[in-house]
Amino acid sequence: MNADSLIILIYILVLASYLGFELITKVPPTLHTPLMSGSNAISGITIVGALIASNEMGYGTLSKWLGMLALILATINVVGGYMVTDRMLKMFKKK
Amino acid sequence: MSILIQIAYLISSILFIVGIKKLGKTKSAREGNIYSAVGMLLAIAATLVTLDILSFVEIFVCILIGGSIGLYVSQKVEMTKIPEMVALFNGFGGLASFAVALSDYFLKTQSVDTYPDSVNAVSIIVSVLIGGVTFTGSMIAYLKLDGKISGSPITFKGQHPLNLILLIGFVVAGVLTYMNPGDPIFMIALIVISLLLGVLTVMPIGGADMPVVISLLNSYSGMAACATGFILNNNVLIVAGSLVGASGIILTQIMCKAMNRSLTNVLLGGFGQTVAGPAADGPQIIVKEIGVEETAMLFESASSVLVVPGYGMAVAQAQHVIRELMEQCEKRNIDFKFAIHPVAGRMPGHMNVLLAEANISYDKLIEMESINDEFPNTDLVLVVGANDVVNPAARTNPESPIYGMPILNADKAKTVIVCKRSMGKGYAGIENELFGYPNCLMLFGDAKQTITKVVGELKEM
Repeated sequence: MNADSLIILIYILVLASYLGFELITKVPPTLHTPLMSGSNAISGITIVGALIASNEMGYGTLSKWLGMLALILATINVVGGYMVTDRMLKMFKKK
Repeated sequence: MSILIQIAYLISSILFIVGIKKLGKTKSAREGNIYSAVGMLLAIAATLVTLDILSFVEIFVCILIGGSIGLYVSQKVEMTKIPEMVALFNGFGGLASFAVALSDYFLKTQSVDTYPDSVNAVSIIVSVLIGGVTFTGSMIAYLKLDGKISGSPITFKGQHPLNLILLIGFVVAGVLTYMNPGDPIFMIALIVISLLLGVLTVMPIGGADMPVVISLLNSYSGMAACATGFILNNNVLIVAGSLVGASGIILTQIMCKAMNRSLTNVLLGGFGQTVAGPAADGPQIIVKEIGVEETAMLFESASSVLVVPGYGMAVAQAQHVIRELMEQCEKRNIDFKFAIHPVAGRMPGHMNVLLAEANISYDKLIEMESINDEFPNTDLVLVVGANDVVNPAARTNPESPIYGMPILNADKAKTVIVCKRSMGKGYAGIENELFGYPNCLMLFGDAKQTITKVVGELKEM
């Protein structure tokens, strides 16, 4: 990777973190638990990396096995995280 | 093709951001979660489309296994156990990033023989550190929350120097890996040290501080995903990872503030061990007891009631019977609300979920800053399963270990009823001054049984 593409990635990191701070400060305490389980699901974005890693050629190599492990774990996070968040948010009702 | 996948990732990132924005309002929160899920689906679909899939069966099987486990856990988990689930999922996220980083490392150093370039190597090393610490740290947090290992702080002599030595060891091994990427021995050292550091840093932290720890580990799991994004040169990983990283850090700060502790103080651990001494020398607290019938009469004659719930209420499964109490009061036009301390429950916002599950409308749940001025005008406060969060010593006694912690001013109400199993102490292990106050009455017994009786009395009145 050259310095130019690195600097772009750092730009993205800094701006996305700043945006994250601004958005999440506004989330009321009532919703902090769903926010956390929802962000569990978002951190499952590693699934993209896991897909790439488990698609390597050479059946049975260490990197492929690691990729497959990552894929299982990240899928648990994505599916479990979104579903449990939805289950919780469904309960928040106003009468 | 590459531009299409980049556009798909851009749309995913936007969906994550809009999703989190919508999560900030109770009305649109569910929709926000769906936006974010659609973003995830799009990122997965785009990745699958652009990869020439060489191992469809393996990918399909892994997704099926992970998906079934995730679905099962999400439907079965009890709301009281959400902190355990979040801790576990933080760990899975950390381990997934850890595995992706190692996969990339072994691919580049062994199978293909093209050594990782410097940005790549540094990203792999950072990802192994954060991912490893997140994984083992979260597992310890999970075991502590679940009671499988003692929730009390586990400390030993030389703990902090040991952590420092390990950290230095990591830096040294990291530099050596950087210089000799082909030699896996240094990478193995990095793996071992990072896993050890996770265990050693969470072990000394007490059960009461777990809300801080899970928030922090939540942040780490995002940062680990972010580091993976640097390895793979992938924007959507960086955007999503930093959103989670930021979210975890903010929640950590909120939790620390609510407990009046600094993050360093929490991380160094050992809170609640040394404070038992001075409290025992304090003046004996004389309490006044109240029975079920008199409690019912107090409710009957009140015109405004505030309930201060704590985790003890959820343990006793008393939230449903409290809803019945609320219905009885509302029938009599008594104003009935809940005052929620930020650390009520075992993770940020936990109490709100527990009460929502008991079918209590969310507009009845008022946070500390908004409700504290209402206590002096409240006829009756019912404290259920909470202790330290209503201890006036936090305001009045500079000697107290909880001095300075923001509390709910329950003591300022006309009458306070504390429903408690016994005179046991709270998490901080100190006496609660409130119990000796003239306006405070103790209602001893199991919260669920006692309040059921109170509701029974009210129904007959």
